[in-house]
Amino acid sequence: MSPHLVLRIVSKLLIPIIVLFGFYVHFHGDYSPGGGFQAGVIIASAVILYALIFGVDEARRAVPPLLVRFGAAFGVLLYGSVGVATFLLGENYLDYDVLHPDLAHRSGQHLGILLVELGVLSTVFSVMVAIFYAFAGRAPEIPEEEW
Amino acid sequence: MAEFDATQLLDFALMAMLLAVGIAIVRLRNLFAAVMLMGVYSLLSAAWFVTLDAVDVAFTEAAVGAGISTVLMLGAMLLTAREAEPVKAGRHWAALIVVLATGAALFYAIGDMPAFGDPESPANAYLGREYMERTPEDIAVPNVVTAVLASYRGFDTLGETVVIFAAGLGVMLLLGLGGRGRKRREDEEDEA
Repeated sequence: MSPHLVLRIVSKLLIPIIVLFGFYVHFHGDYSPGGGFQAGVIIASAVILYALIFGVDEARRAVPPLLVRFGAAFGVLLYGSVGVATFLLGENYLDYDVLHPDLAHRSGQHLGILLVELGVLSTVFSVMVAIFYAFAGRAPEIPEEEW
Repeated sequence: MAEFDATQLLDFALMAMLLAVGIAIVRLRNLFAAVMLMGVYSLLSAAWFVTLDAVDVAFTEAAVGAGISTVLMLGAMLLTAREAEPVKAGRHWAALIVVLATGAALFYAIGDMPAFGDPESPANAYLGREYMERTPEDIAVPNVVTAVLASYRGFDTLGETVVIFAAGLGVMLLLGLGGRGRKRREDEEDEA
């Protein structure tokens, strides 16, 4: 029988919901508070909760450091690429209107905002998890009496 | 006070709690309690931002201030002592004079501040109103904050993303991702 049974069960139930909420915050950022930055932080906090309950090694297996390193660079690349794409389509850098022909509903703006926010999400999530890994990897496991 | 507003009571209560928590953080010597109180401080600020109708800021403050930074501070605290060294009691007259002078200047300036939510205040009158009026047409998203952040000020947000990336890169270069350092430590323990 493992210790902290209640914590384990509750966090197992909560973590998928936290991740889902993070994606909701991102995809719904046009309509309600939130956006890529907040979504990235929320999803990162789900990973950190997982690491706190099940141990950092277990979290490293679920979200490998290689993915974290890739994600941090990928976010900036995606953001910059959206700008380059609008540039190549004949508009100013980061002028999203050319991304979609439906100008009446400003679909290009919606698409552009969603893509750059996805870039922000990727970078913020990865950097937060990376900083946590860097700190937690050096600390000894939390002693039992300090729970 | 011409009309009584219940949110004003809430504002006063939140400010009083912020003040109390701030003083407690300064006076506490136990680092664990101080870190937890800093999380409480962030959460209170987030609640205060909500009463000021700045929900996007409140959201960020709650997620970053009360969530991630508390965990990171706890992670850093595990590497160090649990109690701060006691500070030698003494009077720093120069610091006291600077604080009092700054405080007096701020109180003096209150009279010139625009009223809260004043549409004619400089922050709201020119560019702010322009964004509010043009967003439904230009961007067609209901959340003006997102429109300003990602579209009108896309360059700024790109810069911010690069800053976050650079910060993460710095931490990774200095500390690694914990993988290699840990393996080396375990190897040394095996040899010993």
